Amino acid sequence: MIELREITKEYGKKDKIVAVDNVSLRVEKGEIYGIVGYSGAGKSTLLRFINALERPTKGSVHVDGIDLLSLSNKALRKARQSIGMIFQGFYLVASKTVYDNVAFALLAAGVSKKHIEEKVDHLLNVVDLADQKRKYPSQLSGGQKQRVSIARALANDPKVLLCDEATSALDPNTTKSILSLLRNINKKLGITIVIITHEMEVVKEICHRCAVMREGRVVESGTTFDIFSNPKDELTKTFIQNVLEFHLPDSLIDQVQGKLVKLMFLRDLATDSVVSDMLQRFKVKGNILHGKVEYIQETPLGVFIMDVSGEEAEVNQAISYLEKRVNSVEVINDGTHYQALA
Amino acid sequence: MMEHIIKLLPELNVAFFETLIMVGIALLFAVIIGLPLGVILFITDRGLFLENKWVKQVVGIIINLIRSVPFIILLVFLLPVTSLLLGTTIGPMAASVSLSVAAIPFYARIVESAAREIDKGVIEAAVAAGASPWMIIRHIVLPEAKPGLITGLTITAISLIGYSAMAGTIGGGGIGDLAIRYGYYRYDDTVMFTTVILLIVIVQLVQYMGDFIAKTVDKK
Repeated sequence: MIELREITKEYGKKDKIVAVDNVSLRVEKGEIYGIVGYSGAGKSTLLRFINALERPTKGSVHVDGIDLLSLSNKALRKARQSIGMIFQGFYLVASKTVYDNVAFALLAAGVSKKHIEEKVDHLLNVVDLADQKRKYPSQLSGGQKQRVSIARALANDPKVLLCDEATSALDPNTTKSILSLLRNINKKLGITIVIITHEMEVVKEICHRCAVMREGRVVESGTTFDIFSNPKDELTKTFIQNVLEFHLPDSLIDQVQGKLVKLMFLRDLATDSVVSDMLQRFKVKGNILHGKVEYIQETPLGVFIMDVSGEEAEVNQAISYLEKRVNSVEVINDGTHYQALA
Repeated sequence: MMEHIIKLLPELNVAFFETLIMVGIALLFAVIIGLPLGVILFITDRGLFLENKWVKQVVGIIINLIRSVPFIILLVFLLPVTSLLLGTTIGPMAASVSLSVAAIPFYARIVESAAREIDKGVIEAAVAAGASPWMIIRHIVLPEAKPGLITGLTITAISLIGYSAMAGTIGGGGIGDLAIRYGYYRYDDTVMFTTVILLIVIVQLVQYMGDFIAKTVDKK
């Protein structure tokens, strides 16, 4: 649906700043694609290539088979009508009512007055704001404003919806409801969605695939589950830490008697039986200190931290048993070592 | 003193309407020509949807040129033009030519700065929606800048009331002319004070009305 090929964007003449550096990206039809990175990574610029708000210095942009960069102004306006966009700052017209804000997008596309009325009412129903249509943006909450802007973006039945940090200005609960609205839109209307964000939670919640950007380049990309369960780049690891990692208090680590292991279960949660099997087979004690199961795209990803104590040989055997049964075992702290020292 | 003022009333009445005509015509041209020029200055700016360095430069330079000429000089300078247009250089109609020429660039700059107050994101959103430049001007730029445009028109009107006194001196008529003729040339303090008070009242009224309308249309 969307194809960016070898895109580079440079600013300035003398002291060139490379905002986007030779990026290629493909987003399939009906997909929700996330682009993650810190501010200044070039993700916002990358998103704006998809509706040609930004023109790359080099490279090509195709959306739904159309080469956007070759279009005349008029044809580009037409093409943009099938690419909706929402923003972190909502960008509603303060002097227009909710109704007129949505109607503007239809007016811009040359839809007749009669059809506009029907369509706006329908759209406001979709975003659950039918009762607010006579209000002005200043009278709405952040979440409601974003819903209006979603309605506006959907006005001309777009094939693609671009989201520029759409939830970054919202509180966690409102973020959840906007994300579930986006997920519904994707499922029911089959609209391809591209989201840029610095919040890994957003990616975890709704993106099928994602890319991680740093300094204008895509450093890692893949399905969201793969990125979460097996991150390769340091930046990716830092990002998912916010969602998956947890810290144990130092005092607790000091008290550990055996080996502190981190177990990771992917896709299949046979935790109980694996751990109890281990405890039955080996003469060790097991104590779960921390644990979390995240559902990424409805696939479970479990992480547990466990203190395995006993005789060192038994503990080692138990751990190698675990290594066979779970996806990843990592010894984070070897308490037996400290004991020996004492 | 009262008698004196009453005797002056017919002349004061005429002068009042002369001022009204001069300022009114100049304001009309400020809106008809100054507003589009201001919008052009704004939309041809860097990063906006009709970015055009040359147009912006040319319009900008012409506006600065007119604005840098002191009004009293502009008045004299435009006498041949006025004579060509109207066949006379006397009367409120003649005075409104130079007042209009002064008002147009003045208001154009105000329009430009009012439009700059609009969040660029709102315009970007409209561009992203595939709206044409005309659509964006009509449905986004003008409505969003409306409170600023009205405040700006108030400022222009009040400046023009001041300028109209100067225009009066070279035969334009109006309240200012009355003040100068009686007050300055004939040392008639009563007329001078009456006209000044009248001007103060007009300015206060214009300001009050302008603020009131600007507030009513502001939905922020």
